Amino acid sequence: MSGVLVILEHRAFAQGSVTVPRVTLEALAAGVHLAQQLAIPCSAALIGDGLNDVLASPAFGPVRNVGLAQLLAVEHELLASYTADGFSIALHQLIASLAPEFVVFPHTYQVRDYAPALAARFGQSLVSDAIAIRIESGLPVFVRQLFQGRLNADYRMAASSRTPVPTFVSIQAGAFRAESLDAAAASAQPPQIEAFTPKLTSAQIRTVPAAPFRESSRSVDLTTASVIVAAGRGIGEQANVALIQSLAEALGAEMAASRPICDAGWLPMERQVGSSGQTVTPKLYLAIGISGAIQHLVGMKGSKTVIAINRDPSAPIFEIADYGVAGDLFEIVPALTEAILTTKAQ
Amino acid sequence: MKILVAMRQVPERDAPLAIAADAKWIEGSALSYTTNEPDAYALEEALRLKDSLGPASGEVIALTAGPEGAASVLRDALARGADRALHIVTPASPQQHDPLAVAQLLAAAIRGESPDLILAGLQSDDLGLGQTGVILAELLGIPHTTLVLHVEAISSGIRVKRELEDGWFQYVEMPLPALVTIQSGGNQLRYATLMGIKKARSKEVRTIDAASFGLQGTAASAELARVFVPEKQRETRMLTGTAAEVAAKLVDVLRNEVRVL
Repeated sequence: MSGVLVILEHRAFAQGSVTVPRVTLEALAAGVHLAQQLAIPCSAALIGDGLNDVLASPAFGPVRNVGLAQLLAVEHELLASYTADGFSIALHQLIASLAPEFVVFPHTYQVRDYAPALAARFGQSLVSDAIAIRIESGLPVFVRQLFQGRLNADYRMAASSRTPVPTFVSIQAGAFRAESLDAAAASAQPPQIEAFTPKLTSAQIRTVPAAPFRESSRSVDLTTASVIVAAGRGIGEQANVALIQSLAEALGAEMAASRPICDAGWLPMERQVGSSGQTVTPKLYLAIGISGAIQHLVGMKGSKTVIAINRDPSAPIFEIADYGVAGDLFEIVPALTEAILTTKAQ
Repeated sequence: MKILVAMRQVPERDAPLAIAADAKWIEGSALSYTTNEPDAYALEEALRLKDSLGPASGEVIALTAGPEGAASVLRDALARGADRALHIVTPASPQQHDPLAVAQLLAAAIRGESPDLILAGLQSDDLGLGQTGVILAELLGIPHTTLVLHVEAISSGIRVKRELEDGWFQYVEMPLPALVTIQSGGNQLRYATLMGIKKARSKEVRTIDAASFGLQGTAASAELARVFVPEKQRETRMLTGTAAEVAAKLVDVLRNEVRVL
């Protein structure tokens, strides 16, 4: 087919409803963009079992209407639950049969689990967590982050590598706009849904996954907080959580933290913001001693205003902050708490 | 149980980064280095698993592929309790950035060891590709699970607790041999004791020249071509002055612009 193949993900719920995670639509937008730029067709595939109802569901409207060359249902009863073995084997067969030039994934925990193994079967590694794609001299350049977002890197293709081996790319959440699919949809004809049945036996699937669960019902819902004060590694030790707490109380804010603080047990896991914690969009996000690793930024970059206090002026948090203070939080935070209390008392 | 832990040396988290003259990587000579954090958690999980099975239950082997200086990662692992170490010595330059090539080196060294379980950090703090462990399992033909917080031995192999998105978890069972990539935070890291550091001096670190494997290298279709400083996504107003001055400016912002006071 020599085009772009986007691998979709969906979530199906017991009551029969289906959702398409936003990051899947963003990866589709990236795939459509890449295909348009190179003037090649874009197709998409969904993996699972009993997918006809899923692909016909309202949630898949943006996928059906985006002008795909092919929409494939990769179906097998052994693909009903995700396993790295099942998905790698099935997609290996699909890709070998379609021979796309590019395979584009959403950068989800599931993709991180199988896509590197899949790419390795084609002698490739994955250009993972890409944040942008541009075309230079007719060839795509993929941009991804290094050093937890402190630097970026261009990944370039050699002209000779456009065929015959596919290039595998996963797209970071928030890097492309899912809304752009609506604009592309206007005049598109929905494609026929084509079934692809991989050859799979139960003996090939070596892991036994149990049903996903949640540890406990969350007692802290940060998603509705209008002001959040968040602490990061820069606070140094557990005793300093009190400093941040005083500031949060003065502001009437919820306390949150980046992963290392929760890993260390200084604040409970339910206060974690980021890819493995909650995604928040407060009016104000005050980041203290947070350097701004990618995993944290994806959970808070939708905040209306971001204020960052950090010792290191080159920390990535300053790239998304509206207001920044490069300085010693142990001096600034107590002074700020006091100034807020004084102001409120007036 | 014979447990092997694949580890990587990376620049210290706060190390000032300068882009190299050819813009292909960073200036490495003046940097201080440390163990990749998720790999330290992988070692801790290996040591705990060994402890849980009893003192005479097997061994923990630390493995790294990197230039000569990367040996400090292995010495640290031995001081924390690893029994012995393997160092695949690679040239300092050119830097190897393809995880497939790194996994090929690790696989070549591991084939002679036949471990029951391989643990690795889920991703590196420098490249952040998050692939070496998964590719290694693929090359060795063994099952894997990623983003794991905890590993326990069961009669049929291992049972791992895997982290999913948005506060969800999942248990996965696998036969051995298997590979697991470890997410940070599932355990608390132990520190090297003086006794541990002393004992480490008598433990074996076997070095293997990477060239001795005779690998052909990889043909990645897209390669790291240029490192650059990211453009700002928002216009950041930096507030300066003494702590009291900065506090006053922040209060002004909170009151008049963000309007939360």
